[in-house]
Amino acid sequence: MAKPNALSQWPDEKGRFGEFGGRYVAETLMPLVLDLEAEYEAAKQDPAFEAEMQDLWTHYVGRPSPLYLAERLTEHFGGAKLYLKRDELNHTGAHKINNVLGQVLLARRMGKTRIIAETGAGQHGVATATVCARFGLPCTVFMGEADVERQKPNVFRMKLLGAEIVPVSSGTGTLKDAMNEALRDWVTNVENTFYVIGTAAGPHPYPQLVRDFQSIIGREARAQILEREGRLPDALMACIGGGSNAIGLFHPFLEDEDVRLIGVEAAGHGVDSGAHAASLNGGAPGILHGNRTYLLQDEGGQIADAHSISAGLDYPGIGPEHAFLRDTGRAEYLSCTDDDALDAFQLCTRLEGILPALEPAHALARAGKVLREIGEGGIVILNMCGRGDKDVFSVAEALGEAV
Amino acid sequence: MPTSRITARFDKARTQGRAALVAYIMAGDPDLETSYRNLIALRDNGADIIEIGAPFTDPMADGPSIQRAGQRSLRAGTQLGDVLALAARFRAEDSDTPLILMGYANPVHHMGYTSFAAAAGEAGIDGVITVDLPPEEDHELREALQVRDISVIRLATPTTSDKRLQIVADGASGFVYFVSVTGVTGAGAARPAEIASKIARAREVAGLPVAVGFGVRTGDQAAEMAEIADGVVVGSAFVDHNGEAAVTGDFEAAPKKIGALAKELSEAIAKARRA
Repeated sequence: MAKPNALSQWPDEKGRFGEFGGRYVAETLMPLVLDLEAEYEAAKQDPAFEAEMQDLWTHYVGRPSPLYLAERLTEHFGGAKLYLKRDELNHTGAHKINNVLGQVLLARRMGKTRIIAETGAGQHGVATATVCARFGLPCTVFMGEADVERQKPNVFRMKLLGAEIVPVSSGTGTLKDAMNEALRDWVTNVENTFYVIGTAAGPHPYPQLVRDFQSIIGREARAQILEREGRLPDALMACIGGGSNAIGLFHPFLEDEDVRLIGVEAAGHGVDSGAHAASLNGGAPGILHGNRTYLLQDEGGQIADAHSISAGLDYPGIGPEHAFLRDTGRAEYLSCTDDDALDAFQLCTRLEGILPALEPAHALARAGKVLREIGEGGIVILNMCGRGDKDVFSVAEALGEAV
Repeated sequence: MPTSRITARFDKARTQGRAALVAYIMAGDPDLETSYRNLIALRDNGADIIEIGAPFTDPMADGPSIQRAGQRSLRAGTQLGDVLALAARFRAEDSDTPLILMGYANPVHHMGYTSFAAAAGEAGIDGVITVDLPPEEDHELREALQVRDISVIRLATPTTSDKRLQIVADGASGFVYFVSVTGVTGAGAARPAEIASKIARAREVAGLPVAVGFGVRTGDQAAEMAEIADGVVVGSAFVDHNGEAAVTGDFEAAPKKIGALAKELSEAIAKARRA
């Protein structure tokens, strides 16, 4: 049982994690987010909801995902043992489906008949299109024009799954603009539409419910490492875009003070270059997309463009709970450049026969440093939150290879 | 507290047996000089209250017209301080027309609520609408603005229940902005019959004038809304004249067209309740 005011007990009744989070939405949407909160509270008390989630996780997604000791990477880096939490083996190839299933089941409980989602790399869009196909729900996915171009395989997958793809050209044509457009659709179609947000951000209760659905990752990892090693790990590592895979891994360990929590942001061309997506390392608190959190912004409070080779990390904000964990000092946030992520992508592929998505490749790129810091006898779990098949074309281009 | 310019203006319109025309333009679209001339054109052609839009990179409640206006403004480098300077310039010329600053939370939050409230007071701003600060999140800004006698204009929408209307009313001042449709700015117009009772209810609960906006473009639509509301807000239709000028390059024409539209709308509103 957690202590009162313990780190794991946030958010408060206002949807806040310390001074972050909240419900910064247009009045039209307020009744909807309040309804969602009430429905989520009811669902949590309903054993049938839990049972249906569990059944789908087991038989549709393929959970639990393995916890794999990466022996050759461990040997290569030298130091603590590196375990990979294999969420890339989930149905649809990433952790995203954990959350989508939960939200679509909530949508069904609420009698919503149409699903919308935003997507960056396309993984959340694919997961949403997949679950909508499974339940026979019409699905519209908003995707920045630039991302439609660099994630063609996922765009086609979504079309095959029956989703309508809306390329978004407003603003900068990336993930944040896709989210704006999804919010515009939602505010227009309030009666029948459920907005499935892909990361642990947005207005309360989204950061909480996305975290809760993704926490299956951390709960499994905890049980698995206790069984394998008989003790908790020394550190957890995960990449951070909006931060849903990281918070899912971290949350069940928040009260374990001896377990270091390490998030890795996308530094693009470098945090000092002005072309990055490291909101915690290079941003300031602000208000966007329904929550108060760290944002990339200019001196006038305009949102700055993010940059990352990974479309899934290319977002100028971060989930509010990470902002809170950073300010309280409970979690550490490192960053990794495009080039380092590309190197780690290749290293993991060669040494382990595992093609990581570019997103977790960012975390892998910082693993060596952490493993050596902790040293031999230590244990680190890194969330392999997605597989890299979707990235082979952009990696080829970055390496100057014709495919 | 002296009678605010907003209250005085609604009182004047009511005395004249008509609704007030509330006109919106985006500051700095495409530059601050044109905006100033647009403000004067609105004032000279019957706009009772003027909403000055502050541009934001991520205007999630706006449709294409105002999105593009914001992008034109941002390309010209307009920041919140420039918007306030524009208001101050107008205020130096006109001490009666209420000015409402309308925008999104982040630029205001970034400036700091207290600093913003002080600067807005200096600039002669009478009310502030921050689209993404619902009642649950606006207390810090509200307290800072109250010190400066600046109204917090709250929004009510078709999704606002009676129970919620009480929350919206509690702390609202100036007027209530009734969003006529679920949707973004510039979306299709509501049918007056569908919203008349909600507007009456908002007026009763808040004890404030109610201005209705979103989707009103023409004199006929404005006249219909003027029969059921205390004010009629028109935004995208004005902004579109700047959009047109952005294509033709003829920004000299924009204030004339904006003035002509204000005239058409204000005349239609003036006649509405006499028809």
